[in-house]
Amino acid sequence: MAKKEFHIPELTGHTEVPDIVDGAMAHCRPFVAGAEHQEALGFPGELVEGWEQKAIAKLGELLERNRALRVYLDTCVKCGACADKCHYFLGTGDPKNMPVARQDLLREVYRRYFTLSGRLAPRMVGAKDLTKEVLDDWYTYFHQCSQCRRCSVFCPYGIDTAEISMAAREIMDHIGLGQKYSNEIIAKVHKIGNNLGLPPRALENTLEGLEEDVKEETGVDVRFPLDVEGAEIMLVSPSADFFAEPHVDGLIGYAKVFHQAGVSWTISSHASEAANFAMFIGSYEHMRRIAGRIREAARQLGVRRIVFGECGHAWRAGYSFLNTLAGPWDFLDSRYPVPQHICEFTYDLIGRGALGLDASANDDMTVTYHDSCNVARASRMGEAPGGQFHIPRELIKASVNRFVDMDPETTHGKTFCCGGGGGLLTDDLLELRVKGARPRMQALKEVVEEEGVTHIAAICAICKSQFSTVLPHYGFEMDMTVSLHQLVGNAIRLGAKE
Amino acid sequence: MSALTTLFALLLYFAAAVMIAGLAYKIFQYARTPAPLKIPTTPAPLSAAGAGLRVAREVLLFESLFKSNKWIWLFGAIFHAALALALIRHLRYFTEPVWTWVVVLQPFGKYAGYALVIGLIGLWARRLFQARVRYISHASDHLILLLLVAIAASGLAIRYVVRTDIVALKAFVLGLLYFDWQPLPGDPLLLIHLALVAALMIVFPFSKLLHAPGVFFSPTRNQADNPRERRHLSPRAALLGNHKDA
Repeated sequence: MAKKEFHIPELTGHTEVPDIVDGAMAHCRPFVAGAEHQEALGFPGELVEGWEQKAIAKLGELLERNRALRVYLDTCVKCGACADKCHYFLGTGDPKNMPVARQDLLREVYRRYFTLSGRLAPRMVGAKDLTKEVLDDWYTYFHQCSQCRRCSVFCPYGIDTAEISMAAREIMDHIGLGQKYSNEIIAKVHKIGNNLGLPPRALENTLEGLEEDVKEETGVDVRFPLDVEGAEIMLVSPSADFFAEPHVDGLIGYAKVFHQAGVSWTISSHASEAANFAMFIGSYEHMRRIAGRIREAARQLGVRRIVFGECGHAWRAGYSFLNTLAGPWDFLDSRYPVPQHICEFTYDLIGRGALGLDASANDDMTVTYHDSCNVARASRMGEAPGGQFHIPRELIKASVNRFVDMDPETTHGKTFCCGGGGGLLTDDLLELRVKGARPRMQALKEVVEEEGVTHIAAICAICKSQFSTVLPHYGFEMDMTVSLHQLVGNAIRLGAKE
Repeated sequence: MSALTTLFALLLYFAAAVMIAGLAYKIFQYARTPAPLKIPTTPAPLSAAGAGLRVAREVLLFESLFKSNKWIWLFGAIFHAALALALIRHLRYFTEPVWTWVVVLQPFGKYAGYALVIGLIGLWARRLFQARVRYISHASDHLILLLLVAIAASGLAIRYVVRTDIVALKAFVLGLLYFDWQPLPGDPLLLIHLALVAALMIVFPFSKLLHAPGVFFSPTRNQADNPRERRHLSPRAALLGNHKDA
């Protein structure tokens, strides 16, 4: 791909709302899935004959089966409350990246074909025929939405643009216009069990290597078990944890925590992926199939508990959807939630005094924390609402002496997406990713300058990869991003118990 | 019975029928469409009662809008509260004797007409002068504001400028309710006011005014956050069945 040059203005430490620049991001679209990747998922290989009618029929079908879509297409009053809330709009100024305008791309077609006013007076109500031009806009701008749900927080009706963009992607898949990145990955999960297409042997070698590394560094035999039948816990982690930096340091952290807890655990090669990319393309069927692998693995290995690793959209798919998609989980230990987040697991241990942590091990860092969008706004941890904010911060504070929060307008429920979520973490969208990260980078800049922050911790594989890529574009070091359980892992006093 | 009375009686019956049937249809449609997954915007209440309270706060206080934008909230709140008061005030034309609580609210209702116009003008100004909101506005977004302003202005004019015979008007309205038609006063302003209200009722189920029933059906707001504790199964998911274990 020819690298397109794009301009990145200097960070100021504050996010300003840009002026509208029509078509600013019209050129930025991801690679279209080829026939091979489409057909592997049961979608047509290329744009089908009569795609207009087929797309409308599919939209009609989705309206019948998803209340959110139906209600959200009807309900918007164009108040503009969401208009300045999307990181992609704030980073690009392209008006079609305003959540309401993005929704309108689908809403205009909905009005034309499914409402009386749109049939009778299309120009008055902004209803449009589904033309090639509209379809192009769909492909471009529904792939400039990371489904982070920030807009849904601020909408007076709770309209969630993620629901709209998922539906639009599902429609496009069904007429043969899929996105290469997501669809290629989903096919790999179906075939092999993880996004990377890492076969069991490679996984085994990686885990053995990690055991050696930890032994060398600490002198302690910390195990990284694979496919161990009868283990108490099955860890389901994003496959990036097996090889990417700083993800793998997080995996080492989980292993040290399990080691200290004295609990038997295992990774499954069959379900070696927590992230459920089928969510990004709005496919209930594929989401269900991927979730089913976790059930199959749990059955096969005879585990009693399921723990998820650090991954944002995975935690949404796990926390919010797993019970629906692959439950009931009545064959697991009912004393623990299914699934449980690794942060919940570690937090419980700390609460019971079962984990010896020496925060001075991280004294070379001043750490801030990035709330991952899908953890923040589409899930929970612990018993009370907001545990998803509280628990990770408590883990950091227990592991690090200097912790600083970023501007509250950019954290907790109002957190900005890293800019790479929702199936957009691909090089063909690099410009979008860099620009979309801008609001987060502004808030980071502020705490770096005013509080001396050196590292930004995250609990999402996408956030970590995205930060590693975009940080240098803003003049930061790429290894500034760390895994939360990397901090915990550094601080754990192996062998010692309080 | 004059042609005018017949015409307006039929128009108002028609408008009421369209609004009621149209809204009933949409509400039925929303209610029977399944919500396949748990999607509350979190942090969210853990119980159904808590979720109900959350929806109530959205409906009564515009909680999310307040977090989002204070100006839209202010003008939106002024407009909706004034509209509610104005509607309550109009109940005196529909009830005999007039309910006490309606009588108590009458003096406030008088000012509501002005507040209604102020709220609408504030919202309209944003739509005209704020580039982002202008970008997302279609003709219908302006027309609905125009319609509401015209209704409020004609109502105020009847109250303060060219008064009509409200005793005869009340007889007409009660006559409509009890299918015993009475003559409608022929004041042009009143006729305009009634015709515009009829137009508003007719467009209600076909326009963005559907936000009124829609807000109650928004899954991000009305769902409880308890997916691990309680398995959420929509009829469609149930149809697909559970996974077959090997």
